[in-house]
Amino acid sequence: MSVDTILSFEEAMEKYDPVLGFEVHVELNTRTKMFSSAPNVFGDDPNTNVNEVDLGMPGVLPVVNKAAVESSIKIGLALNCKIAESCRFARKNYFYPDTPKNFQTSQYDEPIAYDGWLDVELEDGTVFRVEIERAHMEEDAGKLTHLGGQAGRIQGADYSLVDYNRAGVPLVEIVTKPIEGAGSRAPELAKAYVAAVREIVKNLGVSEARMERGNVRCDANVSLRPHGQERFGIRSETKNVNSLRAVEHAVRYEIQRHAAVLESGVPVTQETRHWHEDTRSTTAGREKSDADDYRYFPEPDLVPVVASREWVEELRATLPEPPAERRKRLKEAWGYSDLEFRDVVNAGVMDSIEETIAAGAAVGLTADAARKWWMGEIVGRAKAADVDPADLGVTPQAIVELNQLVVDGKINNKMASQVLDGVLAGEGAPAEIVEKRGLAMVSDDGPLLEAIDAALAAQPDVADKIRGGKVQAIGAIVGGVMKATRGQADAGRVRELILEKLGVQG
Amino acid sequence: MSSFEPSTELIRLSAAALAAKLKAGEVSAVEVTQAHLDRIASVDGEINAFLHVNTNEALAVAAEVDGIRAAGGAAAEELHQLAGVPIAVKDLIVTIGQPTTAGSKILEGWRSPYDATVVRKLRAAKMPILGKTNLDEFAMGSSTEHSAYGPTRNPWDLERIPGGSGGGSAAAVAAFEAPLALGTDTGGSIRQPGAVTGTVGVKPTYGAVSRYGAIAMASSLDQIGPVSRTVLDSALLQEVIGGHDPYDSTSLTDPFDNLVAAARTGNVEGMRIGIIKELHGEGYQAGVENRFNESLELLKEAGAEIVEVSCPNFKYALGAYYLIMPSEVSSNLAKFDGVRYGMRVLPKDGPLTIERVMAATRAAGFGDEVKRRIILGTYALSAGYYDAYYGSAQKVRTLIQRDFAAAFAQADVLISPTAPTTAFKLGEKLNDPLAMYLNDVATIPANMAGVPGLSLPGGLADEDGLPVGIQLLAPAREDARVYRVGAVLESLLEEKWGGPLLAQAPVLDSNSTVAGGSL
Repeated sequence: MSVDTILSFEEAMEKYDPVLGFEVHVELNTRTKMFSSAPNVFGDDPNTNVNEVDLGMPGVLPVVNKAAVESSIKIGLALNCKIAESCRFARKNYFYPDTPKNFQTSQYDEPIAYDGWLDVELEDGTVFRVEIERAHMEEDAGKLTHLGGQAGRIQGADYSLVDYNRAGVPLVEIVTKPIEGAGSRAPELAKAYVAAVREIVKNLGVSEARMERGNVRCDANVSLRPHGQERFGIRSETKNVNSLRAVEHAVRYEIQRHAAVLESGVPVTQETRHWHEDTRSTTAGREKSDADDYRYFPEPDLVPVVASREWVEELRATLPEPPAERRKRLKEAWGYSDLEFRDVVNAGVMDSIEETIAAGAAVGLTADAARKWWMGEIVGRAKAADVDPADLGVTPQAIVELNQLVVDGKINNKMASQVLDGVLAGEGAPAEIVEKRGLAMVSDDGPLLEAIDAALAAQPDVADKIRGGKVQAIGAIVGGVMKATRGQADAGRVRELILEKLGVQG
Repeated sequence: MSSFEPSTELIRLSAAALAAKLKAGEVSAVEVTQAHLDRIASVDGEINAFLHVNTNEALAVAAEVDGIRAAGGAAAEELHQLAGVPIAVKDLIVTIGQPTTAGSKILEGWRSPYDATVVRKLRAAKMPILGKTNLDEFAMGSSTEHSAYGPTRNPWDLERIPGGSGGGSAAAVAAFEAPLALGTDTGGSIRQPGAVTGTVGVKPTYGAVSRYGAIAMASSLDQIGPVSRTVLDSALLQEVIGGHDPYDSTSLTDPFDNLVAAARTGNVEGMRIGIIKELHGEGYQAGVENRFNESLELLKEAGAEIVEVSCPNFKYALGAYYLIMPSEVSSNLAKFDGVRYGMRVLPKDGPLTIERVMAATRAAGFGDEVKRRIILGTYALSAGYYDAYYGSAQKVRTLIQRDFAAAFAQADVLISPTAPTTAFKLGEKLNDPLAMYLNDVATIPANMAGVPGLSLPGGLADEDGLPVGIQLLAPAREDARVYRVGAVLESLLEEKWGGPLLAQAPVLDSNSTVAGGSL
């Protein structure tokens, strides 16, 4: 495998403007497949979720899954598209063993949704509008595993295994118009765009939207043109870039590679590229040209999909609040700073915080308290366990109870952390754990006064300092008391008692 | 066991007559089925109508029907009127428990894991399935000579073709091997074999019968339909197999007029019957023209009004058909690649890549006519040619639909000869594809427009004594009209002949060797 030369990103940007384009495939989470009644389930034993239709047996016919059409219309509406009143499927003909019929049934010149846009927010809050050309319905192919020979490629493989469970899974392909003017922010925009699409389909509930499972797959088109030039350069299409980070890296890499090719005076080859996560680079795939001939023609086994305006409006009425609008609303309601809110979003705990605030409304749990719990203890533990915070196993209700225990002075923060351990260990509700673990704070002043006397006696010099007005030295005495009470004292109360005892104002 | 009726006579009864005898208990379903199996054993060595004979299952279904009848009660009452009446199924239609070859080597030995919707309906009606009938490979042909399993012969003259692609179903019915059969009609594959074998064949309105389980040739043209010896029998059979099917998006949802009632109407008084100017005369055999004119006279005498209509765009139908049909063929037949089922051929030398295995399989598995059409269709759909070929052909299709609409404004039913000639000799047109294609000139327009068409025997041509077919066409969803006019014309003709036309067919030598076992 030859290694391509690349220019530095900065050098590339000095001379060229990137133009991007994305084809994002979204696997829908319908119960059954696009054209058959076989289950649409991920992760089952190979070739178990198939019937005669999925296997392309002689004589079979497709029937369009109405739920998939509904999901597609929802996606179209969420992307501000127009919805076709009537549209057809076509056949894309090519021989390949992952396609049981040797054609893919896909929409071609009549997409169900077209002419939309999506506002994509970058990290610093800049909003970039991406024009959507179309969102069309199609079916997924089976999954091939090539064994022997050059790893993972059909060429030279000894044999290949095919799993048709994925064949016929409903897909919506979202195609952007060429995205111009992103300049050096192109890689960042690429990532933000795919993230936004992923968020939308997840929010709509039409896809599991898990990129690691291939629920959302991105093909990234990149071309460069010299500053000031109108005409687009020749593009490459990097296939199946399947994480948000990879989208950013692949676009950046392709910009650098194109720049190097152009600098050398050779035209860019129009081709597909494969992204390699390990080397963070792309390699040439199939050469792609307009001569690729899929012999599209209207699918004669299906009648047109008709979306009445009434149906479209019914579906529009069911759409959830768009993620961007929801974020804006929540940020204002919670009074977080830009930075605080961005951290919350990036940590993936916005939903959890919202639920926690709702669950704690009756006891007056504040938005700040909810944020501190999630962004502190929980995010830290989730990171350590390498899971999403929401998947850690802590319910909003548990947080509310935990917080209330602290507010009521029954436990301190250090104890709260131990209670959380108990919650995660499945020991029960926070109050039960406090009980079981014997974590109740010492609130009787008697034992505390004894401990304070002992601490003052042990450190007379410190006691003198405090009497002399150096109140900040009190920490050493408080520490001694806490140690003596095995942390079960309320530090605030200890401090008050010490000052009282020494006759000093706090 | 009723012995007053020899089985040689049982096999000559219509499905309706058999149904009546079965219901009255005059004969058992096992007797009826066995009589047909015996007939197959006796004559199919000469005819080669069957690719597979389904003896055990057919007899088991018949015995089940007899058992239910014998037990009486509600179950007996609820039996379908055709329960116990046996039927043959074109081998393009998939069946559990029997092989389905589509007449091709590429599917030799393949057994379907599922039943076609029409087969499910036959089973629900408890009609014993006698076996699978021969056809041109993937239904591509007008003579059944393109079958990979040898040609079927015409019972009227064993040196002649039985039509195609459904020559097996038509010959089986004409040779009294089955009272009923299923065919498929993409450009005339039910009607033209009906015409040249002296049987009745109907292509229903596109969407009237589910295509699920009929191995697709050209999806937008294919339609399953009945083959029988009487018009009423076809109506009875279409009532069994028709209706909406959730597995076929193109199947119609609205109910039709009752077809059996239409076939029993018994009059055509005041009906306007339109002669299509472009579908007779030049290019049609004189004997065919004579019989056609005779039918017109009979209908006129019966009180029908004969009008002449013009369908000027029909002259483009054949050309457009030979672009649309192969285009769909090229895509529909792509699935036969040796990867998942059917034949797999490894290339003799060189590397074993998937492309080479697919190519070797298709090269060895498909016959010349199939390859010819795949190549034609691939070309017609190619970038740069699509608009000129497939696109233009679709426009012609629209024009043909308009011609029909205009014609049906002037006439309730249209009439023409079904085929321009009587049965030609085996081998006569095998090396002249264009001459072969011309045989479908009168049947293709109905497929292009999706309208129903019925072919019934119109007598024998003077010059060769072979059957001539008369075709009746009606607007989409008006299948009842072709049954109504067809049944009237049939009774007028039989009155003239003094009995069914097939009574005049030569008696087949019943002592020929037994054939028809499984493949």
